[in-house]
Amino acid sequence: MKTNQILIRYGELSTKGRNRKAFISRLRNNIQTLFAGTPTLRIKAERDRMFLFCDDEQGMEDIVSRLPYVFGIQSFSPVTQTSLELDDMKHTALAIVSKMDTKDKSFKVSVKRPNKEFPYEKPEIMRTIGGYVLGNTPELTVAMRNPDIDLSVEIRQDAAYMMAETIQGAAGLPIGAGGRALLMLSGGIDSPVAGYHMLKRGVRLELIHFFSPPFTTERAKEKVLDLAEKLSGFGSPVTLHIIPFTEIQQEVHKQVPDNITMTSTRRMMMRIADAVRAKTDAKAIITGESLGQVASQTLESLQAINAVTNTPILRPLIAQDKLEIIETAQAIGTYDISIRPYEDCCTIFTPANPKTKPKTDKVEHYESFVSFDEMIDRAVAEREIIEFPRNKQQHFEDLL
Amino acid sequence: MIYLDNSATTEPDPQVLETYVKASNRYFANPSSLHRLGNEAEDLLESARSQIKGLLGYGRIIFTSGGTEANNLAIRGAAHANQEKGRHIISCKTEHPSVLEPLKQLEKEGFEITLLSVDRKGAIDLADLQQALRVDTILVSLMQVNNEIGTIHPLADIRRMLNNHRALFHVDAVQGAGKLLLSEQEMPDLLTVSAHKFHGLKNSGVLAVHKAELEPILFGGGQEGGLRSGTVSVPNAAALAKALRLATPNPDHLEWNAELRSFFAGYKDIYIVSPSSAAPHILAVAIAGMRGETLVGALQQEGVIVSTSSACSSKNKQASHVIEAIGLPREYRDGTIRISFGAMTTHEDISELKKRFHKAHQLIKGVEQS
Repeated sequence: MKTNQILIRYGELSTKGRNRKAFISRLRNNIQTLFAGTPTLRIKAERDRMFLFCDDEQGMEDIVSRLPYVFGIQSFSPVTQTSLELDDMKHTALAIVSKMDTKDKSFKVSVKRPNKEFPYEKPEIMRTIGGYVLGNTPELTVAMRNPDIDLSVEIRQDAAYMMAETIQGAAGLPIGAGGRALLMLSGGIDSPVAGYHMLKRGVRLELIHFFSPPFTTERAKEKVLDLAEKLSGFGSPVTLHIIPFTEIQQEVHKQVPDNITMTSTRRMMMRIADAVRAKTDAKAIITGESLGQVASQTLESLQAINAVTNTPILRPLIAQDKLEIIETAQAIGTYDISIRPYEDCCTIFTPANPKTKPKTDKVEHYESFVSFDEMIDRAVAEREIIEFPRNKQQHFEDLL
Repeated sequence: MIYLDNSATTEPDPQVLETYVKASNRYFANPSSLHRLGNEAEDLLESARSQIKGLLGYGRIIFTSGGTEANNLAIRGAAHANQEKGRHIISCKTEHPSVLEPLKQLEKEGFEITLLSVDRKGAIDLADLQQALRVDTILVSLMQVNNEIGTIHPLADIRRMLNNHRALFHVDAVQGAGKLLLSEQEMPDLLTVSAHKFHGLKNSGVLAVHKAELEPILFGGGQEGGLRSGTVSVPNAAALAKALRLATPNPDHLEWNAELRSFFAGYKDIYIVSPSSAAPHILAVAIAGMRGETLVGALQQEGVIVSTSSACSSKNKQASHVIEAIGLPREYRDGTIRISFGAMTTHEDISELKKRFHKAHQLIKGVEQS
């Protein structure tokens, strides 16, 4: 008995008409990239489903644990192969079922028998396997309709194939199918979640982060690096642009009244982001803004901040509650990174009473006394660019 | 000098020492610190961790002060974390004291301990294990390679047996790691490794944890995910990762082992204690009617370093618990010595050992007869 195959059912993409082929090959490429470290992986993509084959057990475990996060997959099932001996088949069936949660669950065996030379008929196979599993798993009940556990057995020429578990996929579209956009990544809880939602729509991500040493520490930056690493774990590499932002932030504080520094700072960030977006051929900017969450996230604020560009600003979280956002952050593994207690550049310099309804023309007026353009160009030119996933180990080759 | 006591400890590999020194200089910062130096130290620590994970094949890697602490953490940690499910633990009479002693402590706390017996080869009977397994068994702890006589437990069979049981499986791989590779079918839930047994440094070990709930045995700053408080030694972690990468099973050991076996078979008063299926780097032999330490001393005079059955028990006057458990014939009971190879052992060492052993043997026997 060996579990060396996975059957993948496509998500939304199976409905995509003529683009179908492109979607499937995207998915295939993404899976290939994601599991580049598993050399034994083979992929067979069919019209309606995809098969992964992998002969090393460790690699298989890795695939099963990471596949639920790959977009474009509705669900998948590990397939176990066994010999055509009925005894072997029933032991394998029990081994599969005993790994599942069987408490108060209903169960059935369904058999397909394309191998017509197989000496036993379907009912006999069902009885033997079903009887053996039930006899050894007393808490299971039988249900021929809508069972919780449907153990399907396919008797082919070379072997018998069994599967019982259907693992939910992440659905969505394969990354890359939806173009490229630039995510403003602060280090907080929201922005990685916003990025995740866009990844799920097939969008490839560039990331931008504003770094203000010494007001923000290396640890705050590291948080962002770790978040970027997480965001690169969905089957598509990401590039992070780190903008040296101290000078501009200090200048804003010199030039504009306290209660609108926040608005003005965000406008500067947006202008820089737009410049980086243009350089990376991204088509939109993504933010983690959620309406009413903080002073900068009122409609008036959004209007004043948005006024610096015509680029589409995508705000996937705009109507979400904080609790929903936190739930997603936990599910995708960014929450624990985001709550590390290091300040980012949005939380330092926060005025006591930021205007929640800033007027765009007023903000523009105060900004007009300094030429920020030059500083913005410099910040863009001096950005640090890091590719993810990173291979940290490389730094330590001489030691390890 | 010919050093053949590698199961007690090994000579550090110069490359490992170099890593230790470099890492101590460059990455001395506390990996939990906020500043860049802390950050860099943490990066190195995590790189070392993932390298070790890759080399061992799995697991969450927890750095400890060595094999003893890793064994204590595995046993006490698993016992306390799982005591709601049951309070019965199975191990074996020939385990290392760092397993047997924590088990004794747990017994005082109300846990029930079953210690499996072994035969003359030091092997357990799988049927005994099957019989000892109960619904409330929460842990089975067995070593990969016996430190005194080299017996290898059938880990794959035990793993298979435990696949259908809730009990966690702990393997003390201190004598095997870096020398005998564990196959996927043998992978336990908890695995103990100690660096100084494969040319790494002392006071450095890991516990690899795979899907097992543990409670800490040391409390403090909550390092290592709360399972092992105390500032992690980044240089030690890096050195361990390096030593493990450099460690490879040596096929020559098998050949040398066979050579020595046929050599010792030529002596009427010598009994070969290690079973023929034992790990090739450990060979225990016993000499009739004589104390092992006499032979160790005589060999040392000839420039050969070996030990009595184990470094830990060699200072006690009594026969070791392993020798007792395998029921060695009385005349051999006090006369066991252990010869153990390392990565730096050469064939020349083996040839020399044979010559010098012969001299030493003649010398002591001569003294006895006079």
